[in-house]
Amino acid sequence: MKLNKLVQLIDGKVLTDDSLGDRDIAGAMGADLMSDVLSSIKPDSVLLTGLCNPQVVRTALIADIRAIVFIRDKHPAQETIDLANAENIPLVTTSHGLYDACGVLFQAGLPSFETQTEDDCA
Amino acid sequence: MASKPPTISDKSAETVTRAEELAYELRIHEVMTENVFSLSPEMQMETALDIFQRERFSGAPVVQDGDLIGILSIEDLIRALREKHLTASVREYMTTELAIVRKSDPVVEALKTFSRTKYGRLPVLDEDGRLVGIITKGDISNGLLDALQRDYHAEELIRYRASHLFEDIISHRTSLILRYDIRQGDFIHGGFASSNIKRALLRLGAKPQLARRCGIAVYEAEMNLIIHTEHGGTLRVEIEPHKITMEAYDDGPGIEDVELAMKPGYSTATNEVREMGFGAGMGLVNIKRCVDEMRLISSTERGTNLYMIMYLNDAEDDPKMVS
Repeated sequence: MKLNKLVQLIDGKVLTDDSLGDRDIAGAMGADLMSDVLSSIKPDSVLLTGLCNPQVVRTALIADIRAIVFIRDKHPAQETIDLANAENIPLVTTSHGLYDACGVLFQAGLPSFETQTEDDCA
Repeated sequence: MASKPPTISDKSAETVTRAEELAYELRIHEVMTENVFSLSPEMQMETALDIFQRERFSGAPVVQDGDLIGILSIEDLIRALREKHLTASVREYMTTELAIVRKSDPVVEALKTFSRTKYGRLPVLDEDGRLVGIITKGDISNGLLDALQRDYHAEELIRYRASHLFEDIISHRTSLILRYDIRQGDFIHGGFASSNIKRALLRLGAKPQLARRCGIAVYEAEMNLIIHTEHGGTLRVEIEPHKITMEAYDDGPGIEDVELAMKPGYSTATNEVREMGFGAGMGLVNIKRCVDEMRLISSTERGTNLYMIMYLNDAEDDPKMVS
């Protein structure tokens, strides 16, 4: 799914300078614990989260996450946005809650990219 | 009429493209066409027409006693054809209102002149006012493309050199060591070292999957140094052709019960740390799952040493980094 379609589906607002709307998103995962994300997200996904600190962007860099969606209208601090701009990771905010936003995307055909706990590191 | 140049803020400067930068860096003489064919003002228009047709010119400078006095363009030739006046001299039809540029000016000067005037080509003069070339929009596009290609090759070369580092250097045991000092409580920079380690591995030719696994392991270790130590610690990554050894060490407080610390979900992190998305008791578990070998040595007297090792023996894993 193209990122700009994803943003449209969840009535999102892009917070970074370049929306990179043409970027392909292969799947999604929703979580607030960065260790959970690091242990179980597959590459090329979007991360939906309620966490707004710069670590989310670092986690995205390490785990090859292609975009981050902040739920419940959460707005990260400027330092998080600056880091995301520097590293080319688009940030999106939506008024949907985590379950809602995940549900909308899942129904639109975006698969879960969260591996089960017994799987190896992707 | 001099129009005010647009103000460039820091924000918009970041989005200036390389092509735009090059328009300021490249000089006109680097992209212009040299040794241009020039016409004499006394030449008949018919002769000029023959030359234009034979040489596929769309314009040429007119020079008298070494001085540029005009430009004859294909439009001027069309005018003479319409008026059936090919016996006239070039002087009668040439354009004498000239817009010129200097050879040492940046290319952007020529671009500005093109947008200000209707001309398709500009004579280029040297410091003494002598004609040294002609510049067209096509010359500029070609010059920019060449320069962009040179940039690209330079970047490719850096990448190539890095990925062949281990092949180029002969020793009994070659390794590259990266060290990062991690400060206790420095959450803002948490992950800075790890993302640079991951980037270095990719640059050295590691496969994305390997770089990702190393990145995840070392990121968890980096966060542990930030969260759990008294005075921070050090990340040390040694890259060898056959293995990557990542080490995180600190001087305290040490882990009281290593076995317990390895249990999924066990954590001593404060609520503040948990609010930041860490301290869920999965860090060491994650590390163990990502690397080939993990050793954790800790005592309350000496602090903690965590070794994380990835072997690259499997040729499929990473051909370039295998000697």
